[in-house]
This record gives sequence, structure tokens and C-alpha cells, in this order.
Amino acid sequence: MIEKFDPLKGEMLQILDEEGRVKSNLEPRLAAEDLKKIYSLMVLTRTADQKALKLQRQGRLGTYAPSLGHEACQVGTAFPVQKDDWVFPYFRDLGLYLTLGYPLADYFLYWMGNEAGMRAPEDLNIFPPAIPVASQIPQSVGVGMAADIQKKNIAVVCTFGDGATSEGDFHEGLNLAGVFRTPNVFVCYNNQWAISTPRSRQTAARTIAQKAVAYGFPGIAVDGNDVLAVYAASKEALDRARAGKGPTLIEAVTYRMGHHTTSDDASKYRMDAEVKEWEKKDPLSRFLTYLKNKGFWDEDFEKAVQEKAAEEVEKAVAKAESVPPPSPEDIFSSTYEEMTPQLNKQLEELKGFLKESLR
Amino acid sequence: MIANMVQALNQALSQEMERDPRVVILGEDIGVDGGVFRVTEGLFQKFGARRVMDTPLAESGLVGAAIGMAAFGLRPIAEIQFMGFIYPAFNQIISHVARLRNRSRGRFTVPLVIRTPYGAGVKALEHHSESTEALFCQIPGLTVVVPSTPYEAKGLLTAAIRSEDPVIFLEPSRLYRAEKQDIPDEPYEVPLRQARIVKEGKDVTMIAWGAMVPVAQKASDMAEKSGISPEILDLRTLSPLDIDAVLKSVKKTGRALIVHEAPKTCGLGAELAALISENALLHLEAPILRIAGQDITVPLPKTEDSYYVGPDRVFKGIRQLMEF
Repeated sequence: MIEKFDPLKGEMLQILDEEGRVKSNLEPRLAAEDLKKIYSLMVLTRTADQKALKLQRQGRLGTYAPSLGHEACQVGTAFPVQKDDWVFPYFRDLGLYLTLGYPLADYFLYWMGNEAGMRAPEDLNIFPPAIPVASQIPQSVGVGMAADIQKKNIAVVCTFGDGATSEGDFHEGLNLAGVFRTPNVFVCYNNQWAISTPRSRQTAARTIAQKAVAYGFPGIAVDGNDVLAVYAASKEALDRARAGKGPTLIEAVTYRMGHHTTSDDASKYRMDAEVKEWEKKDPLSRFLTYLKNKGFWDEDFEKAVQEKAAEEVEKAVAKAESVPPPSPEDIFSSTYEEMTPQLNKQLEELKGFLKESLR
Repeated sequence: MIANMVQALNQALSQEMERDPRVVILGEDIGVDGGVFRVTEGLFQKFGARRVMDTPLAESGLVGAAIGMAAFGLRPIAEIQFMGFIYPAFNQIISHVARLRNRSRGRFTVPLVIRTPYGAGVKALEHHSESTEALFCQIPGLTVVVPSTPYEAKGLLTAAIRSEDPVIFLEPSRLYRAEKQDIPDEPYEVPLRQARIVKEGKDVTMIAWGAMVPVAQKASDMAEKSGISPEILDLRTLSPLDIDAVLKSVKKTGRALIVHEAPKTCGLGAELAALISENALLHLEAPILRIAGQDITVPLPKTEDSYYVGPDRVFKGIRQLMEF
């Protein structure tokens, strides 16, 4: 399928149109339970995202990069990922973390300012979100190379935004992946804005997907607000990777509905009309219509999904807020495998100082 | 076996690759060609393209890839052809190599070694003579190691490869073939984070590393002839520092002379001087002295000698301290 959509001709995979009607014969064969699960994950993502924004406004959570509008990209990318695969997310990836089973409480904990939230559970090979843009790309290729060396049949997913494609690490990483034919799946959430810089300032290329051509492997553009399109491309790219057929670049065309972060004001640099246009393409309502047409959705189901999401989010917030702040030991002890004499001395000084200032 | 530093390093790499199948090497021209300084010679032939990987010309890419490999469970050794070309990889080194253990609270670690030749004195091209070790010493999480003899080189590199922490391994290109030594055939470790007393003395402590160790030795020979007895300390690991060894020696001799070829300002000598003054001020008979490179760009070969710290300058420093 992937090769059928030529990025150089500007072709894009879309399975659901903006009204949620199936417009392609490439509709993935997913069981009703899976489709409902995907919808639930998208609702959970949106609910948790809105909660994070509220917590930030109340001073209970730090600067936050909202995921609104990215639910299809994130959930669709992650849904076909398997347990042994490795994942390199970036800082706007809430739905991807949740789909992989990352504890929401830990995700909140990180954005509340505690590194402990970035310690992935032992059975999840998911990196902390990369803040230095594109730096995760070569790292993900290294895992692909290592898997090849050890003859392990896994795939590696790496996500990033459109701004990342201008960074040197995007070029170095994808070039390396092409040369070593690694089992990597690169997913660019092209959300049109890197803070205030529009997509047109990142590249003169017609599409981002076409960049794969120069690296010697397939690239495909998909409608990033169509979760079935993202899922289908991600699934096929992951299968290709595990089968030793090399890397794939997926450009998921979407829109950043929110501000870059809670410290940003997007009204300064982009037109309301543009945002309104994209509101019509909302990934959730589109998928809801699809489920409804299939007979998998009714008011009771919606109510149950919303209630479960709200409950899960409240539980996660309570859990994250019950975690005591890191101790002085916590912030020292993971610098090296063992504490150095200098660090021990500085830790004792800090503890002494903290004790004195409590008096 | 009688070995120069290149051969000693090569043996360490080869033996560790034999011992541990997780050890892999990646870099530019390190495979078929055996590396521009021949440190990886024969390893491609011996271990194959899977474990000795010629990469595209991409320092950030190859260090980034090494991070992924290390997190996955391999023991990658990345070679950067010259220290002057390591800067494109700084984001990977500073933002990730040094921090991943902490930012994942120990879930992911980066047991890798980044090897690179450094330093002036080999009449090389522009950007081939830098000595910017202090840039790495400022970064928590990194271990910065510099060998000064073939014996030290083999043992320190072996320990670096076995370390659970990431190691920046700086090889003084001037010493690659300067000296031959009889070194043990079997694998051995020289412990990281421990300085070595090269020569005991009682009048002044000379603190040096890498290519400055033999320079300090020559200056010390000159001093001995004038009846001065210097002690020479080879730091071996620049960060985290073996500050106890430094203080012990300085408290004994009462004088500290720091020798480095990097520019003086904000060089590692500044940190050493601060530590000595914080912890041993009342033991000092003279001000702490730094003999270091000037704060200029390393000159091209025609004038390189006026930049390079030689034994005469160091001996002058010793006399200055003794006459204070």
C-alpha cells in the first residue's frame, strides 16, 4: 500500500473523509473491540490533555505542550506497536504514551516537574520525551542498528513535528537509517506550526514525505486527522520493519489546534480563520461518525467512554499529586552509576542547608 | 608485548570485543581503513561489518546512534576522527549521553565510550590540534579520561569499555607513537577516577595529564639537576576528579603547578586551583601556578611551537614557585 501513494505527486492516504465516510478500499480490518478501544484512547487523550491545561492554569502542573488535534496521529501511530518494539516520542505525544500503556499518573508527574515520571515501566521500551528537537531521531536509528546486530525482530518508532525536519539530526538519522536499512518507522506529525514558524518556513519541498525518496526508502503522506489512515500506514511500516524491509517515513498531515505550549499565544502569529477550518476536520468527531455508521456507537457507549476517561484522569491526577517531591538523594543519585565523593559531599552540604533553613 | 599507544589501544579494543559480544565499534573510516591513526586496524577483518561499522560522515548521527545502541544493551565505542570535529555531536553528548540515566531515573543508561584524538604538536591541519577537554568536564554525568602511556592507554580503555557510565576517552595524538612500552598481553584495567603518582617528590606537585605528562617529566628532570624534587601527578580521569590525590600531594609539597595545553582561561587548571585553595590554602608555600596554552586559537604548524607548552616553560614555572 505504502508504495502506491507517491509523495512526489502530492498523493495522500485518506480512508475517512472529513464527514467520517469511508472513501477508500484500504479500510483496515479491525475488530469492533479494537475500533472501540481506539476511540476510547482518543477520548482519554483529549480528556487528559484538557485536564493538564486546567492543572497548569491552577498552578498544579508546569509548562505544558497540549496535544489537542493530534489524537489520531498519536493513537493511530502507537496502536499497532508491539511489546518488544522501541518508541522514541517527542514532547507532544500524550496519546502515544497512553496507547502504549504508559501510566497517565507518571505522565502528569513528569509535567508537574518530577523526573520520576519519566522512568518508563520495565516492560515498556519508551524513551522520555525528547525536548531538544530531532535529537531522538539518530538515537532511534541506533536501536534499529542494535536490533539488527543482535538479530532481534523488532521495530522502532520515532515521532517528531514538522519543525524537526529542518534539524541536522533529521537528516543524519534518516540518512543513517537508509544506509543501514534499519527497522525504523519515522512519523512526522506535520501540524503546520513550529511555535510561530509555519510549515512553509521549514522546507520548500512540496511534502515532508517526499524527503524519504532522497534517503532511499519509502515515504507516505497520510491524513493525520484520520486515525484509520494513520493506523494503516503505521501498521504496514511496522510490519515492513520487522520483516527486514527497512525504514519508512510517514508524514501525518494535521494541525496544532492549541498553543505551542501554555507559555505561548498562537493568536499573535496565526489567523483564526485557519484554526476554524481545521476545527471541521476534528479527528474525534470524524471517527465517531464512522463508528456510528458501523453500528458500534450509541449514546450509552459514548457516556461510558467519557465517564471512564474522566474517572481515569481524576485517579491519575490524585495519584500524581500524592507523590512526595523528590528527595535530595533522588536528584543526585542518577548522575553516575555510583555516587562520586564530590557528589556525596555536595549532597551532604545541601541536606545540611535544607535542615538549617527549616529551623 | 612491546607496544606504542596505538597498538595498546588496538589490543584493548580487540580483547574487549573478544570477551564481550556486546562491544561494537562505529565511526568514520574505522572499518576497512582501520582508522586514520590505525587504532582500529584489523578489527573489521577480525569481527566483521556487523560489529565494526563504517558510518556516514555524521558525528551527531553516529553518537546519537551509539546512545540508542547503549540503551538497547550493546557496548558501543564511537570514534570521532579528531576532537575538532566532535562539536556537531555536542547536543547528543551534553543533552543525552550525560543525562539519560538521570532523566529516565536509571531506566535507561548509556554505557558507551567516545574515543577521539586531541591536542597539538603533530603539525596537523587547522581544527586537528584542539584540546578542549574542559568543555566536557563541566557536564555532570560524563567521565573524561586521558591516557599518557601505552600501558595506561590499554588499561584505561579497557576500564572505560567496562564502565556503566559514559566515558569521553581523549587520546593524545602526539603520544600515539612517541613511546614504546612492554605491556601485559592479557586484558587488565587501570581504574577510572584515580590519579597516578608518576614520580614522587617533596618540593612541588606538578599536575598534568595526557601529552603534558612527558613534558612534566622532562621539566622535572631539569629541576632535579638544580636540586629541586618535584612530584608528578597524572590525573588520568579529568572528571570526576580524584581530588583526594591532588590534595594529599599538595599538602605534602606545599606547592602546586598545573600544566595543561588547553587555553588557560576556564581550563581545568582553574578548577584545580580553586579546589586546592578551598581545601589546602594553609598548606601552601607559594601561589598556585598554571602553565597553560595561551587564550588564542591553536596556530597552524609554522608557529605551533610557540603555542605548545614545552619543558622549558614548565621548568621556569617550577623555579618561580621555588623562589617565591
